[in-house]
Amino acid sequence: MGMTYVQKVIARACGKPAVAVGDVVEPEVHLAMSHENGALVLNQFNEIYKGTGIEAKIWNPDRIAIILDHRVPAESSKTATNQKKLRDLVAKQKIGKFHDIRGDEGGICHQILPEYGYVRPGYVVVGTDSHTTSHGALGAFAFGIGATEMASVWTLGRILNVEVPGTIKVVVNGKFPAHVGPKDLILHLIGKLTAEGANFRVLEFHGDTIRTMSTSGRLVICNMSVEAGATSGIVPADEETLRYLKTEAGVTEKIDVFGADPDAVYEQTIEIDVSKLAPQIACPHTVDNVKTVDQVAGIKVDQIVIGSCTNGRLDDLETAARTLKGKKVARGTRMLIFPASWRIYREALKRGYLADLAEAGAVVCNPGCGPCLGVHQGALGDQEVALATTNRNFKGRMGNPNAEVYLCSPDVAAASAIVGVIADPRNGGR
Amino acid sequence: MGKVVLKVGDDVSTDIIYPGRFMATVLPTETPQYAFVDNADFNKKLKANEVPKGSFIIAGQNFGCGSSREQAASCLHGWGLTIVAKHFARIFLQNSINLGLPMLICPTIEADEGDEMEVKGETIRNVTKGKEFAIQPLPKARQAIIDAGGLVPYTRALLIKQAGK
Repeated sequence: MGMTYVQKVIARACGKPAVAVGDVVEPEVHLAMSHENGALVLNQFNEIYKGTGIEAKIWNPDRIAIILDHRVPAESSKTATNQKKLRDLVAKQKIGKFHDIRGDEGGICHQILPEYGYVRPGYVVVGTDSHTTSHGALGAFAFGIGATEMASVWTLGRILNVEVPGTIKVVVNGKFPAHVGPKDLILHLIGKLTAEGANFRVLEFHGDTIRTMSTSGRLVICNMSVEAGATSGIVPADEETLRYLKTEAGVTEKIDVFGADPDAVYEQTIEIDVSKLAPQIACPHTVDNVKTVDQVAGIKVDQIVIGSCTNGRLDDLETAARTLKGKKVARGTRMLIFPASWRIYREALKRGYLADLAEAGAVVCNPGCGPCLGVHQGALGDQEVALATTNRNFKGRMGNPNAEVYLCSPDVAAASAIVGVIADPRNGGR
Repeated sequence: MGKVVLKVGDDVSTDIIYPGRFMATVLPTETPQYAFVDNADFNKKLKANEVPKGSFIIAGQNFGCGSSREQAASCLHGWGLTIVAKHFARIFLQNSINLGLPMLICPTIEADEGDEMEVKGETIRNVTKGKEFAIQPLPKARQAIIDAGGLVPYTRALLIKQAGK
């Protein structure tokens, strides 16, 4: 019996010829990422060593990534102190992949990892962040874990006692219509699957639409796979993966590319034709409450956010700038831009996107997780409505349980900014 | 024996259990104060020590969906609560096992706030309603961690074994 892509990744990471769904395994970890919550990981790591008389030592500092992104620059003394603890840890344990609050190499963890070539096809990647699923875009098995689980990885270098997950195959074909793209595809899929439809399973993406999609688009769909409950979303690596890693991430070593077996067994196969897909909107307060844009067009929006690990990349900013150039953000609506990394920020600056957006009235903020989870900048007021290209719209998500969040693509967000209400970009923002 | 102190529906996210705006607070000793903080009545009862240890929260499908923040598990653990849900989201389930937060998967559970509950082996009994419900086992791969009392002692034992070689 053949193996799915994730089975193959796990088998390799366990040094076994094959694994079956449900097998209890302990795969080796190739990359372990934390952001500010590394402070809690450190606390639990020290707990593990407590009373053992063994010197607390990270198993392989080169495989640890620490990226400060959630509250940057620090919004409080508490955060600043946590960030300081992490800098001390990085120095003490000689952690290799550290990205501090810097305009040259900082950014959001799920952009930094691919951008710097830290993720490779076939890797097992864990992160203390649920959107670690993003890195499946490069053919890795990448998933979110809690801080104590990460402390265990720091100690032993493997994930303990996990079951090999089953896989749902998602086959996507057709050419996207104008103003429709990867974000609409993944919102549509989450609506179909529901918020727990893929719980404990992996989504493996195939089809012509995926093969011709850029890594930037693949990062969007893998990022949001977790919103259907998936352990991970994976695009098996291909020519585009090699192109991205070599030309954009500067990887020079040989990259190993493999696929799922042709006779792999899937729990379910979902087929999607995107050629007639309309722009999709996730309505409050769950990500699976998905409607087409015409069903919610006209709803007044107080704040529009373009950015985050989901949609803060250069193509997203380009879409926003192209739409808003020479126009104005509607009075009564605030627009915030959060590029996903400083590399993207600087490139958007050179290309004039940020000037176009600022001249239109948008506030360009520094790269970071910012308003997405309501920890830093851009909180909503009572009864306010936000339209965001981020990934979650749970009650309380943008810092206020008495506000509402709608999720959409950068195309919809930009068109809506001009009129101050949710608008269909296919109608020129009407 | 314990009473149901809170009943919630499906898809209760980590933003409801432990809102992101309190994520700078990480230590398990400090997180309980923010448990369900946007449910002002319930949070007030917790902080007034009106909720005895061993009380139950009853939830629907996909409890704990969303973020990997471990605070969502540690804040409930701090109050000695037991969570009974029709099903849990993956990361929340693993975090809870890792920290030793008692969780019961019970797809058929029927209970209301104020009901008296009792756990006996593989079943949970709603004493008030006079009904019994089967508990589904937690993922078998994780049993060893549960038996060890959580992932910290489990990893510590492996570390000692590894160092002894």
